[in-house]
Amino acid sequence: MRAEPAAQLEATRARRSAGTKVVVAIGPTTALAGVVWALAQPYRLTFLHPHGESFWWLVVEPPLLVTLVGVLFSAFVAPGLIEDLVEAEES
Amino acid sequence: MRPLAEHVHWMFATGFLILALCLFAEGVVGTEVWQKRRWRAYLWPGVLFLMGILMWPVMIMFTNSTLHMVAHSVWAQVLLLAGGAELGLVAGRLRSHYWHLCVALAFLVSGGASLIHEQNDWLFSRSAFLHHAIGWLMIGASIFPLLRTFRPRSMAIATGFAATFLVLSVLLYADRDVADIFGHLSPAAGSPQR
Repeated sequence: MRAEPAAQLEATRARRSAGTKVVVAIGPTTALAGVVWALAQPYRLTFLHPHGESFWWLVVEPPLLVTLVGVLFSAFVAPGLIEDLVEAEES
Repeated sequence: MRPLAEHVHWMFATGFLILALCLFAEGVVGTEVWQKRRWRAYLWPGVLFLMGILMWPVMIMFTNSTLHMVAHSVWAQVLLLAGGAELGLVAGRLRSHYWHLCVALAFLVSGGASLIHEQNDWLFSRSAFLHHAIGWLMIGASIFPLLRTFRPRSMAIATGFAATFLVLSVLLYADRDVADIFGHLSPAAGSPQR
């Protein structure tokens, strides 16, 4: 009689653990996408050839922006979110 | 100092990418866990609202046609409405879950404005293609915020909602002021860029 709730609890934990892995992976995957893009299209990185470029060409460089978003997500959003998710799993 | 249209598109693409990551994470962990920290609950509605505010300088700076100004104003208004409604819901000032429909309205109006203000054919240039693609994407994807209003716990709907912003971000990052699309570029569009 008690096996069913235990199995359900285990399944819920497994699903949440998978959730933790996904949350951990979001930032690095995004940052990696930015790096791969920079390698594939280096001409979109103006700072590599900054000859007479205007302000906006030096500030808005899409592969760097994508990498930055991934890094910021990993640094500021993911740690607290994982902490809260683990806490929710344990309670 | 005025940025080119492609710079503005790339900056907004970054905003939509932030929205996509936050919404995807919220979909994975669930809204209860996501909103455990107050600042996190305000994060994506705040970004949406901020993007609405930032659309006004875009409207002011890009006055190449009345149609563009009207489209940019409409985007600013619906982004502010959607962001404001979501902020109000998070803050508890708004209680009815029907306020989530403002996001669906924003999707529909944004898609319509994107299609109407693009006067050229799909294959005129990359920019024209992307405006058509974004317009139809937003109209089609308005189903996600609509369904999300009634089934807020559905992971499939949450993933679709987040994926919409991700695709929107990719399309905006792909934009160039003058570039070919699938080998097509109208001579009237100007000299191509990479």
